[in-house]
Amino acid sequence: MFKTFVVAAGIAGLLASAASAVDISGAGATFPAPVYSKWAETYKATTGTGLNYQAIGSGGGIKQIKAKTVDFGASDKPLKPEDLAAAGLYQFPTVVGGIVPVVNIPGITAGEIKLTGPMLAAIFYGQITKWDDPVIVKNNPGVKLPSLPITVVHRSDGSGTTFGFTSYLSMKSAGWASKVGASDSVNWPTGLGGKGNDGVAAFVKQTPGSIGYVEYAYAKQNHAAYVLVQNKNNKYPQPVAASFGAAAAGAKWAQAPGNYLLLLDQPGANSWPITSATFILVYKNQDNAAAGNQVLKFFDWAYKNGDPAAASLDYVPLPLSVKNLIRKQWIANVTSGGKPVYTGQ
Amino acid sequence: MTATTMDIDTDPRDARGQGALGETIFRWLCLGAATLLLAALAGVVISLAIGGWPAFRQFGLGFLTSTDWNPVTEVYGAAGPIVGTIVTSILSLVIALPLALGVSVFLVEFCPRNIAKPIAVAVELLAGIPSIVYGMWGLFVLAPWFALHVQLPIMTSTSLPGWVQAVFAGIPNGANIFTASLILAIMILPYMAAVFRELLLTIPSQVREAAYGLGSTSFEVIRKVMLPYVKRGTVGVIMLGLGRALGETMAVTFIIGNSHGFPHSLFDSGSTIASTIANEFAEATSDMHTSALIALGFVLFVLTFAVLAVARLLLASEKH
Repeated sequence: MFKTFVVAAGIAGLLASAASAVDISGAGATFPAPVYSKWAETYKATTGTGLNYQAIGSGGGIKQIKAKTVDFGASDKPLKPEDLAAAGLYQFPTVVGGIVPVVNIPGITAGEIKLTGPMLAAIFYGQITKWDDPVIVKNNPGVKLPSLPITVVHRSDGSGTTFGFTSYLSMKSAGWASKVGASDSVNWPTGLGGKGNDGVAAFVKQTPGSIGYVEYAYAKQNHAAYVLVQNKNNKYPQPVAASFGAAAAGAKWAQAPGNYLLLLDQPGANSWPITSATFILVYKNQDNAAAGNQVLKFFDWAYKNGDPAAASLDYVPLPLSVKNLIRKQWIANVTSGGKPVYTGQ
Repeated sequence: MTATTMDIDTDPRDARGQGALGETIFRWLCLGAATLLLAALAGVVISLAIGGWPAFRQFGLGFLTSTDWNPVTEVYGAAGPIVGTIVTSILSLVIALPLALGVSVFLVEFCPRNIAKPIAVAVELLAGIPSIVYGMWGLFVLAPWFALHVQLPIMTSTSLPGWVQAVFAGIPNGANIFTASLILAIMILPYMAAVFRELLLTIPSQVREAAYGLGSTSFEVIRKVMLPYVKRGTVGVIMLGLGRALGETMAVTFIIGNSHGFPHSLFDSGSTIASTIANEFAEATSDMHTSALIALGFVLFVLTFAVLAVARLLLASEKH
């Protein structure tokens, strides 16, 4: 009787350890959640390893990885090198997205209005209050701008999109940087907030004269009237996947300590100025070599096979050079007991 | 009859002994339930106080009176959300109470029996709809309609006096304090109407018939007999609605416009305590931000508790 009990317990224990060895757990950013779950689905079908990803927000992801309740955390906002060092974490980018200003101005179509960074900052600060403001008119010769008051629409929930957008405004306007600043949620000087990309898109759609910012996927899927934004080379590229890819390719990842790199205002004629990457956080020193290996193996697989899935969901894959750089970093940076947990494919 | 014969057959001391034991167990169970509830409540309020303490210590009373809510500079003041919470709750109550009263009086007094049942069920079904559905309906249907047919005409009208324009000033897209209150009113209506109807049904028919017998009209019976009869219960109905309106989260988040500052007019965007927590908790990375949000939760707890305490006082004063 006792013997059978011990055997049963042993089997149960084996089963439990087998299960924990194959499943990866992660939590964090909501923005990349659709592509992570799509990857996980295919990955499970091909390798049998499952991924349990909880889209609880970047802040939640950082808290969970610090509490060691997950194998990896995910954040739209990269941690600063000093914060990474303090927590013993390492971060790497997975996919790239674009942030696109969208407007609702009667008679104005997508891509018809051109704005510069400082103009965007002035509009979102409430300094430029009408669409026929001389500053905007001067930058848009030949466009018939109505004398309509500008309504600013922003995200009400904390989000990586807001972090990217306000970081861009801070870069382009000293006034914005000192008076408002950049974060997941800021003290907006004017306008109203919608919950999520849907909320912003809905308010812009319903309010004539409004301007908001959404993820590229939302602008594309809703056929919203986007605005062209001037990039570092004084060009106005279209907000399409190729332009976000150009920004990611032009960025100097190798020179960025801790991969702390915002893809904002990158050089290159085709670079979309408000581009951002999303990041994965893992411990530099892994307690469990097998778990760490599973995580990196999953993202290695995603780098190799996940691009079509990402593109179909309107995310932009990282350039190959960046992927190869990150793979090298894995070998050097993520170890367990002094040995790298990932040794290449 | 059988019961008495049974009593005679069994030893009365046994029965009393069992009864006493059952009585004791029952009493302890009840005490346990009551204590457990109090302990859970205390646990909630203590953990909220501990979590919010850094914010209270940092900002002091300014946390309640300041309207600055700035996650970048880590300055937090909750006056905007607090005022938004109180205004939307009271406004929704003002809208919902007459409606709840009308619905329940109609169902009890005037409505033919065969229609009353389906209407009562429909009203109660309203309570079963998840709040996020109300929020989405508010955002995609009510807000655009409201902006076009209510806000724009008022804002563009030149004949209205200045103070009216000031009260109704705002962005014409339907996301504001007033539409949030409307949504809240629809959400609390079924609870209030259902309880109110039950209250009216407790009025003995002799009382109503007597009033009719004295030659009262329907209106007089309702106003002078039925409503005074359920006056004490009405306070409970109001508090039930108010309690629910104070804490409602998702629906309000969708439709209130979510600006942290002090709302300047009825058609201005604002925020409530619950909507602020819902919006920012998931992405709050700094300790002070999290603490400020937990402190907001503490304030909401105290606010709701105060409302219920006032309700108790009102009920007590009714007795005299």
